[in-house]
Amino acid sequence: MLVELGHFALILAFAVALVQTVVPLVGAHKGWGDWMAAANPMASAQFALVAFSFAALTWAFVTSDFSVQLVVNNSHTAKPMIYKISGVWGNHEGSLLLWVLVLTLFGASAAWFGSNLPATLQARVLGVQSSIAAAFMAFTIFTSNPFWRTASPPFDGRDLNPLLQDPGLAFHPPFLYLGYVGLSLAFSFAVAALIEGRVDAAWGRWVRPWALAAWVFLTIGIALGSYWAYYELGWGGFWFWDPVENASLIPWLFATALLHSAIVVEKRETLKAWTVLLAILGFGFSLLGTFIVRSGLLTSVHAFAADPDRGLWLLVIFAGFMAGALILFALRGAALEAKGLFATVSRETGLVLNNVLLAVSALVVFVGTMWPLMAEMAFDRVLSVGPPFFNMAFTPFMVALAVVLPVGAMLPWKRGNIIRTLRGLWGFAVLAVVMGALVWVIQTEGTMLAPVGAALGVWVALGALVDLASRTGRGSPAERLRRLTRLPGADWGKATAHLGFGITVLAIAVKVGWQTDDIRVAHLGQGFDHGAYTLTLEDVQRVEGPNFISTMGFVTVTRDGRHVAELRPERRIYPAAGMPTTEAAIDYGFWRDVYVTLGDPQEGGGWAVRSYIRPLANWMWTGALLMALGGLISLFDRRFRVAAGARQPAPRSTPTPAE
Amino acid sequence: MRALFLILILGLAMPVITAPPAQAVQPDEILDDPALEARARALSANLRCVVCRNESIDESNADLARDMRLVVRERLVEGYSDAQVMQFMVDRYGEFVLLEPRRDGWNILLWASGPILLLLGLGIAVTAIRRRGNDAPEPLSEAERARLKEILRE
Repeated sequence: MLVELGHFALILAFAVALVQTVVPLVGAHKGWGDWMAAANPMASAQFALVAFSFAALTWAFVTSDFSVQLVVNNSHTAKPMIYKISGVWGNHEGSLLLWVLVLTLFGASAAWFGSNLPATLQARVLGVQSSIAAAFMAFTIFTSNPFWRTASPPFDGRDLNPLLQDPGLAFHPPFLYLGYVGLSLAFSFAVAALIEGRVDAAWGRWVRPWALAAWVFLTIGIALGSYWAYYELGWGGFWFWDPVENASLIPWLFATALLHSAIVVEKRETLKAWTVLLAILGFGFSLLGTFIVRSGLLTSVHAFAADPDRGLWLLVIFAGFMAGALILFALRGAALEAKGLFATVSRETGLVLNNVLLAVSALVVFVGTMWPLMAEMAFDRVLSVGPPFFNMAFTPFMVALAVVLPVGAMLPWKRGNIIRTLRGLWGFAVLAVVMGALVWVIQTEGTMLAPVGAALGVWVALGALVDLASRTGRGSPAERLRRLTRLPGADWGKATAHLGFGITVLAIAVKVGWQTDDIRVAHLGQGFDHGAYTLTLEDVQRVEGPNFISTMGFVTVTRDGRHVAELRPERRIYPAAGMPTTEAAIDYGFWRDVYVTLGDPQEGGGWAVRSYIRPLANWMWTGALLMALGGLISLFDRRFRVAAGARQPAPRSTPTPAE
Repeated sequence: MRALFLILILGLAMPVITAPPAQAVQPDEILDDPALEARARALSANLRCVVCRNESIDESNADLARDMRLVVRERLVEGYSDAQVMQFMVDRYGEFVLLEPRRDGWNILLWASGPILLLLGLGIAVTAIRRRGNDAPEPLSEAERARLKEILRE
C-alpha cells in the first residue's frame, strides 16, 4: 500500500512540476504577481511529494518487501541495515529517484531562501529548475519506475552488489548527486538571468553560495569515491581515469572555475557572459556524466546499472537542455555588458587565467573520454584512451595552475604590480624549489613528477598561508593575530581551500614518487621484508560474516623488531550474489599506509600476498577535505547572510575589507 | 576485429567482478630477473585487459589478463624490446589494447587537443582583457559626429 502511495506521490509531483514550469515563467513574462508567487508553494509541494515517495521506497527496502521488483534485485534479508538503506540508491531506478529528490530539494531551497531575490528572477529560476525536475520525473516514471511490483514475490532477494556494500560507497552517491544536481540551480540562475537579460553584482552574490554548496558536495563526493576505490578495489590506486571518474571530474573543474568567476561578477561586475556560460556548461557536463554512467556507453568499471535504451532518453534530456540554454546564450549573452575595467596585471586577470586553465583541462579530459567513441564512429578505429594519455595531457594544466595560484590570489583587484606581490612570496618560492630539488636528489626513480609536484605543493600551501597573513596588514604580531581572528569567512575559506589543494598536490607527487609494491608467496609464520617493514602471515582462517563467508589472513607488521600493526586482509564470498570480493587491510599512518591484500593459496603451500606502501596517502584525502572545508567556511561568511537579509541588492558598502 | 568488439560490448552486460577470484599479478608469473620483471610491469600497466572494463592487465583479475601478462613476459624473456612487445600485442589483440593511444592519423588531433584548446582559450582571454584594459573610449564615427553636431545645434 505504502509503495503505491509513493508511486502516486511521484506522479503527482510530476504534475506539479509541469505546472510549475509553465505558470511562473508566464507570470514573470506578463508581470502577473500571483502567477509568479505560485511557484514558491509548488516548489515546496514538489519536494514534499518526492520526499514521501523516496521514504516509501526506503521503507520497502528496510522491511525487505520482496513484492517490489527493485527490492528483490538489490536487497537481501541478511544484509546489515545500513546497506538495506544504501541499497535504495545502489541501483539505476533508486538512484534516479534520489537524483529527483535532490533536484526538488534545491528547487525548494531556492523558494525558501530566495525571498530576497527580485520576484521575476525568482519565478524564472523556479520555473527553469522545475522543468529539469519534470524531465527527470518523466524519465523515472516512464522508463525506470522503482515501484513496480512483481507477480510472484520470492522468499529472499538477490542481494546488493557486494562491492557496494561498504560504508564509503553508502555515502558516495548522495554527496556526488548533491554536487551534480546542486549545479542545476546555478544553471537555472544562469538561464533565468539570460531570460531577464540582466546580470549584476547582486546576481553574482546570489548564485555564488549555491555554486559553492554544490562544489563542496562534489568535492566530498569525489574524495569519498576515490578513497573507496583505494581501499576496496585492492590495488592501492586512487584514481583510474575511468570514464565515470572523468564524468565527475569534468563538472568539478567547471564548478571550480564558476566559483572563481562568480567572485569577479560579484566584486567587479565583469566576466558576466563567461560566468553564465560556465554555469550552463557545469550542469551540462553533470548531465552528460549521468548519461555516461547510466547508459554504459563507455566501457567502465562503474557500469553497475547500465542500459543503452534508457541512455538514449538521457541523451535527449541532455541535448534538449543544453541546446536550449546555449541558443539562449547565443541570443542574449552579448547583451550582458561588462562594467568593471581592469588592467592586464590584476586579480581579475589571475582569475581569468584560473578559468582558462580549469576549463581547458576539463575539455581535454572530455575529449580524451569521448575519443574512443569518436574514433570508432568517425574513422573506424577501435582504440583505448587510458591513464597514460590523461596523465600526460592533464597534469601540465594542474602544474600551470599551481604555479600561478599563489601570485594570482594575492594580486590586488583592478591594477596590480607583479613585482610588489612577488616581494612577499619569493622567499617561499625559493623554499619550494629547494624542497623539489631535495626530493629529486633523494628519490630513486628518474621521474620528474615527484620533485616538481612536491615543489608546487609546498609553493601553493605556503602561498595560501602567506596570503592569509597578508590580510592582517601591518602592526605588532599581537595586533595582527587579533585581526586574523576577525577576518571574514571568505578569507579563511580561500586560504583553507588553497592550502588543501597544495597538500593534495604534494601528497600525490610524493605518493607517486615513493610508492612500492611487493607480490610474493608468503608461507605461514615466515616473515618477509618490504621496505623498512617486516610482514608475517601468521595464519589464514575461515570466518563467517552476516551475509558473507570470509577467508581471513592474519598479518603482523613489524619495523626494526617493534610491533606496528595487526592486519586482517580478507577474501569474501557473498553467496546470495555469488560474487567474491577482496578486502584490503590497511594500517593508516601519518606518513604512510601499509596496505595488504590476500590472494590465492599456492600449490606448493603458502598464500599469494600483495603488499603496498603508500606514503602520504592520507594527506591526499585530507587535502580534498580541506578544500571542501574551505568552501564551507566561505559559505558561512557573514556577507552572504547580510546580502540574504537585504530586500534590495546589498549596498556597495558591505563590510568588505580593503581590497 | 569487429567480432571482438561485439564480444566486448556483450561483455558489458556482465559485471567485471564475476571474473574468477584470482588476483592481478600472481607470484608464479613473476620473472626471476628483476630488471625484466620491472619492464614487464611497466608494459602491463599500459596494456588494456580486453575483456575488462577499463583495467590494465597489470591490475585485472581476469583469466585473459593473466594470459596476456604471461605472453608479455615470454616475449621479454625471448629478448624482445619494449616496442617489439607492444607491437606483438597490437598485432594479436588490436590497437584496442594500447592504453596510451598512438600518435598517428587522427589521433594527432587528440594529442594536440590540450595545446590547441589552451591557445584558443588564451586567445579569447587576451582579446577580452585587451578590450577591457583599453578603457579609453573609442573615437566617434563619422555618423556619430554628424549626429552630435546636430544635437548641439538644437
